[in-house]
Amino acid sequence: MKALYSFLAVIVLILIATLGVNVANMSSVFGIIVPYLAFVVFVGGFVYRVIKWGKSPVPFRIPTTCGQQKSLPWIKQSKIENPTSALGVIVRMALEILFFRSLFRNTKTELKEGPYGPQLAYGSAKWLWFGSLVFHWSFLIIVIRHLRLFIEPVPFFVQMLDGLDGMLQIGLPPIYLTDLFFVVAVTFLFLRRILIPRVKYISLPADYFPLFMIFSIAVSGILMRYFYKVDIIAIKEFAIGLAQFHPVIPQGIGVIFYVHIFLVSVLFAYFPLSKLMHMGGIFLSPTRNMISNNRMVRHINPWNPVLEVHTYEHYEDEFREKMKKVGLPVEKE
Amino acid sequence: MAPKVKLPKPGELSIIDYSLPATDWMDTPVEFKPNTFCWGAKGKDLETLGLPNARDWNPSEEDWKLPENWEQTVLDGIAERLSKYRSFKIFMDICVRCGACADKCHFYISTGDPKNMPVLRAELLRSVYKRYFTKSGKLFGRLAGGRELTVDVLKEWWSYFFQCTECRRCSVYCPYGIDQAEITIIGRELLNLLGLNINWISGPAAACYKKGNHLGIEPHALTGIIDSMCDDIEDITGIRVNPTFNRKGAEILFVTPSGDFMGEPGIYTCMGYLMLFHELGLDYTWSTYASEGGNFGFFTSNDTAKRLNYKIYAEAKRLGVKYIIGGECGHMWRVLNQYMDTWNGPADFLEVPKSPITGTVFENAKSTKMIHISEFVADLIKHNKLKLDPSRNDHLKVTFHDSCNPSRGMGMFDEPRHIIKAVCNNFYEMPENTIREQTFCCGSGSGLNASENMEQRMRGGFPRANAVRYVQQKHGVNMLANICAVDRAALPALMNYWNPGVEVAGVTELLANALVMKGEKERTLDIRLNDLPGKGGNE
Repeated sequence: MKALYSFLAVIVLILIATLGVNVANMSSVFGIIVPYLAFVVFVGGFVYRVIKWGKSPVPFRIPTTCGQQKSLPWIKQSKIENPTSALGVIVRMALEILFFRSLFRNTKTELKEGPYGPQLAYGSAKWLWFGSLVFHWSFLIIVIRHLRLFIEPVPFFVQMLDGLDGMLQIGLPPIYLTDLFFVVAVTFLFLRRILIPRVKYISLPADYFPLFMIFSIAVSGILMRYFYKVDIIAIKEFAIGLAQFHPVIPQGIGVIFYVHIFLVSVLFAYFPLSKLMHMGGIFLSPTRNMISNNRMVRHINPWNPVLEVHTYEHYEDEFREKMKKVGLPVEKE
Repeated sequence: MAPKVKLPKPGELSIIDYSLPATDWMDTPVEFKPNTFCWGAKGKDLETLGLPNARDWNPSEEDWKLPENWEQTVLDGIAERLSKYRSFKIFMDICVRCGACADKCHFYISTGDPKNMPVLRAELLRSVYKRYFTKSGKLFGRLAGGRELTVDVLKEWWSYFFQCTECRRCSVYCPYGIDQAEITIIGRELLNLLGLNINWISGPAAACYKKGNHLGIEPHALTGIIDSMCDDIEDITGIRVNPTFNRKGAEILFVTPSGDFMGEPGIYTCMGYLMLFHELGLDYTWSTYASEGGNFGFFTSNDTAKRLNYKIYAEAKRLGVKYIIGGECGHMWRVLNQYMDTWNGPADFLEVPKSPITGTVFENAKSTKMIHISEFVADLIKHNKLKLDPSRNDHLKVTFHDSCNPSRGMGMFDEPRHIIKAVCNNFYEMPENTIREQTFCCGSGSGLNASENMEQRMRGGFPRANAVRYVQQKHGVNMLANICAVDRAALPALMNYWNPGVEVAGVTELLANALVMKGEKERTLDIRLNDLPGKGGNE
């Protein structure tokens, strides 16, 4: 049901773009106004959310320590999993953000009948890590590749990436590897959500919606490039127009193009409202981005409250006679 | 109080039903089954601590005696915490429900209850956050994962936030480091705004506030307890140990969890401290006022934790010691490592800890000025300052349980292992996915080691026990060593239930067994006053 709602929402979005352009003839709305609005909402919303996070302080230094602490000089510290230096944290965060270090640890717990009775076994489970990694990296490369449409001359690194991605030179235009990887990875992430009962149980419409959106965006892009073979020159003129703030609606580009950019626009606008903000949040997660030097450097809580305490004087007042009887020293006789 | 319910047999508890309810989790009401939840906090204890809505109440009754307008209290409480804790805000916002945390939780593994998956436990609170604090939730309600705050939702929170031991295992695997402990801590704070603590937490916290320790041991009784330990030490070694209390001018203040003062096997660890410090001739003192290293306030609210923790630095200052050594305890060290200095520091009246025996300066504690007994001892052993006879532990085949908090809130892995390897000849590690940062909780942490929830404790400890069983069968392990007072209280019952024949000991007890003291008599007894096999005792 939850998946169905999300699926229908995406279908509705596709219909809106199709009808809007084909029937209502609003290509400038879908080609110009919506993308600009979406861009503003994305950037504005993203910044707003990050500022909102940033406004809340981090009262305690709470890194999750995943390795040996720094203590005695002859005990080997785990400088990345339990970092006491800024460099250690940077490496820890880089591994987390670029290679999903924590997800790499993933295991699969199974209860089996072992030689000594019921036995819990923890098997390797790297598929989620691998699928996510392929998904995110493909996504990033595809986004970077798209810069070639917005910038003239095309920057060197974009050209290089483009060349690498299309290096297999299959078909014309050459097939991008990331297009394949991307579709396979999104499909994998979707399938595990509906096929693993536990994951299905925890999934919300907000988990399916981005997957359907991203899948539809990928498919519409692939259709344009490999099947409809839309006029890339016209699209590039249009994209540069958008980027340089004098947008012109190109002629002779099929509705599929508008579906593509409408879905991209909606995804961008949806981004700051949703779990997709994990892209920003991962940088700010206190269990990962803090230096684990708790006992070396005092961490300040800006709202550290002054509270009522039970002082030694209170305590001695209550127990003075009992203390004296067993010879415990007291402050007041 | 409900009648005592019989504990199911291990064979029954190890059949775990992982099938999911037919209804969505939002439509599946919470159940309170006897033997799986704790008694409600008592009014008098909440009053002692100055906590709201102090009254006696019973979770198994329909009416929880909630204050007027409690919904607003909770929502205001959430708003306040969102503005105070970036962790809370971020953890509410960025979970993608990938499910990596799901089968990492000992309570999920052992109950199969989907709401014990960390992701769903967090979602219990996140759904309310979404409904009242996000635009999408306000607009789309359930479609955006939001739901109304009702009494049933509140009861569900209570049930599941007191089924989380704040062990942080899930946060090791989370790609964003989302820490369910943090969410549980805040969830319990919210519940405490309505007086919804459990008796096993608020009772000890209140005792600690007034009397200095969780067990409520008064000063004269504490000296008596330690004195009778000294009698036993004299029987074992022939040496009279004379510890001091509340002594001004001592070099070191020693603070340990009060669990070490009463009950087996905690007391043997305490005897170990006494013997070690005597042997070293350490200039140290105990305190009856700061006689608790643990902190059940930490399971109540951050404010309560800070108020209980206050005594340690206050007492160190009053006595004029140079630095503090802390005993073996789990959550105590999460608090001392990650919170104490922030709450009650700076400890600028103390000096950077320096071992009087080896001269080692503990730079790692240069701000808090408090070191762990295992750090102190590992350094002594490395410098050959202790005479040890590990053969006295030859009848033991030892494995080591990494306690959650020193593992994932500190990273103390190699120090206790260094000690064990020096004092025992037979040491075996449990499987690698169950130790160090991946260690499993005893199932009774964060104040859940009551007796009325015994079935839940035995379940929660199943993954830990199962790993012990593996080394028990494979290597004949018969001793589960640890550095945590809650472990010493909880694991004997767990071992007795799942792995009969495995005993539990603090690392310092094993050390004391092997410690050859100057002028001691030929030892025929171990620290438990049992005959030492092969040492002249009657085997």
